[in-house]
Amino acid sequence: MSETTIQLGHGGGGLLSRDLIHREIMSRFGEGALKGLPDGATLPVPACRDLVFTTDSYVVQPLEFPGGTIGDLAVHGTVNDLAVCGAVPRWLSLALILEEGLPFATLGRILDAVRTAAADCGVAVVTGDTKVVGRGQCDGMYINTSGIGEKMAGFELGVDRVRPGDVVLVSGPVGDHGMAVLAAREGIRITHGVSSDTAPVHRLVQSIGDLAPQVRFMRDPTRGGLAAVLNEVVEDQAVGILLDEAALPFSIGAKAAAEMLGIDLLQVASEGRMILIGAPDISRPVLQAWRRFPEGHGAAQIGVVTETPGRVVLQTVTGGRRLVDVPRGELLPRIC
Amino acid sequence: MNYIEGFRNPEAARGIRSRVEALAAGLPARDRPVNIMEVCGSHTMAIARYGIRDVLPGTINLISGPGCPVCVTPAGYLDAAIALADRGVTVVSFGDMIQVPGSSGTLAASRSRGGRIEVGYSPMRALELAETHPDREVVFLAVGFETTTAPVVSIVDLAIRRGVKNLSLLTAFKRVPPALTALLADPDIRIDAFLCPAHVSAIIGADAYRPFAERYKVPCVIAGFEPLDILYGIQGILEQITQGQSGVVNQYARVVTAGGNRHAQALMDHYLEPADAVWRGIGMIPASGLRLRPEYSAYDAEHKFGIRVEAGHENPACACGDVLKGKQRPPDCRLFGSACSPEHPVGPCMVSSEGTCAAYFKYLR
Repeated sequence: MSETTIQLGHGGGGLLSRDLIHREIMSRFGEGALKGLPDGATLPVPACRDLVFTTDSYVVQPLEFPGGTIGDLAVHGTVNDLAVCGAVPRWLSLALILEEGLPFATLGRILDAVRTAAADCGVAVVTGDTKVVGRGQCDGMYINTSGIGEKMAGFELGVDRVRPGDVVLVSGPVGDHGMAVLAAREGIRITHGVSSDTAPVHRLVQSIGDLAPQVRFMRDPTRGGLAAVLNEVVEDQAVGILLDEAALPFSIGAKAAAEMLGIDLLQVASEGRMILIGAPDISRPVLQAWRRFPEGHGAAQIGVVTETPGRVVLQTVTGGRRLVDVPRGELLPRIC
Repeated sequence: MNYIEGFRNPEAARGIRSRVEALAAGLPARDRPVNIMEVCGSHTMAIARYGIRDVLPGTINLISGPGCPVCVTPAGYLDAAIALADRGVTVVSFGDMIQVPGSSGTLAASRSRGGRIEVGYSPMRALELAETHPDREVVFLAVGFETTTAPVVSIVDLAIRRGVKNLSLLTAFKRVPPALTALLADPDIRIDAFLCPAHVSAIIGADAYRPFAERYKVPCVIAGFEPLDILYGIQGILEQITQGQSGVVNQYARVVTAGGNRHAQALMDHYLEPADAVWRGIGMIPASGLRLRPEYSAYDAEHKFGIRVEAGHENPACACGDVLKGKQRPPDCRLFGSACSPEHPVGPCMVSSEGTCAAYFKYLR
């Protein structure tokens, strides 16, 4: 096969389609459940375990950005959704929508990233699909992944379990992913470049399994960032959250890019971080456990749960306080 | 040095706060608080974002001025931009403009109808689009104060030198000094001091504020946008007031010089001439705008497409005009938070990220 780019025929179901599947998919994921290309995967579900099931679609532009690609993102995003539900990620589906004209070289690099990330997360790609659409009908490629995980014992999570006095922890600097993508899109080059934080958090969750009963809530702060997640926690609840600005971990690169673009990092997505709210005495052991992993190296306690209903408030570096609001609409670079 | 952390040091902030408190305590008895107007929208946002009102004594009142370029752009300008997009012209804009309501719609709505509207961080995006799509007409929405004006004019300069003819500007440039004169002339507004803009001053220079300090006896302090800059600026203003002085103090000397950026000034002067300009909510201020000189009318979208920017229609209940003049605080407007919110902005102060109403809604509700 000599084509260098995806053609419409690669989605036609004929010989070209078969070539594409064998060359790009089976060469990477052909062992295990995908072997022989059955129409569905048969999964060996363990007895007496709840399963967690989630799905997410990935449409990021550019497809490759500093620190990652749409491929590892599609694995980490779904793995992290499972992990913060208190589940051990096990199986993944992989559906690709490819635009006519996408270079095979790009597709290859992205699928390599999928394979590496899946292996790192201990998940198997067990079923999938590939479609090709005409030029202009999608932005290079879109990916959907669905994931199934086995629920770990001990985690009973929910915003209704959050109590005043609980601690708010984050596993590392937030906002790097969103700023890396935005900076790449806007062509902003700065001294301290910003790289996506895309990474799995399942190891972090598993490392605190013995503290599970004292954990109230876990979430990965993706779109809308910390601000969106924390406002979701307090919405319609009898509690609020007080954040300490001086304790918030941000990378220098994300800060620089956010300052230039006039963006509040509290509202920017991370793809390799998690937020945990738990009983006050688990702050130390959780942070100690997390900091042993590269992905949890920058973990910090950033705030506490208060009795002010429905409000997320930031104690700023000047000593003043202000509201941390829910982000609205798209992130728009400001004028000056 | 690290220019971000250095100006956000909590301990240094405590030190300046206690000096501000001491100075405020030493103010002579007065019947009203000291009114300090922060002219620039970025100051308004930073003051809200860092909770600075919260840490000031009650005898100091911060008034937000008309320094958000998006907020002072009239509805009719948006109408003209939307009309251009609807007729197939590629419109390139800073992000803030996309959701600003015109008389009956927004650029975002035009984009959803198929209008070619591109958001760019830099005006260079417009020049790039014009060069890569010679078959299209590209219009840049040239909105902004002196800070923005200089880089926008530079794309006209580049376009002329590169022979690019399918690019033009829909201009609504504004100048800060004439607006300050208008505010000081308004008997309803009592301004005791100006916290002068940071980046605008980098272009026009600190000396541009001398007339306000000398003729109107209003202390002017130029401050940066970091929380310590702002607190220190307020300290500087209080020092002048307690000593009965009125001068121009440039506390942002790491960026601003007395004479400003001569290169940018020369570039603006070459391509632009002063013009009367309408400020949304305020009205016409003589010579407060800038337009392309007649010899460059080929790059003026109004001239090129035979359109005129009309006044447009604004919601009469919207108090943005009084908010921009510092006469009302956003919560005093009866639309604030109910009919008018960032999702459904009625007036421009709510939609722009630097708008006073947006800052209040976002940080201080």
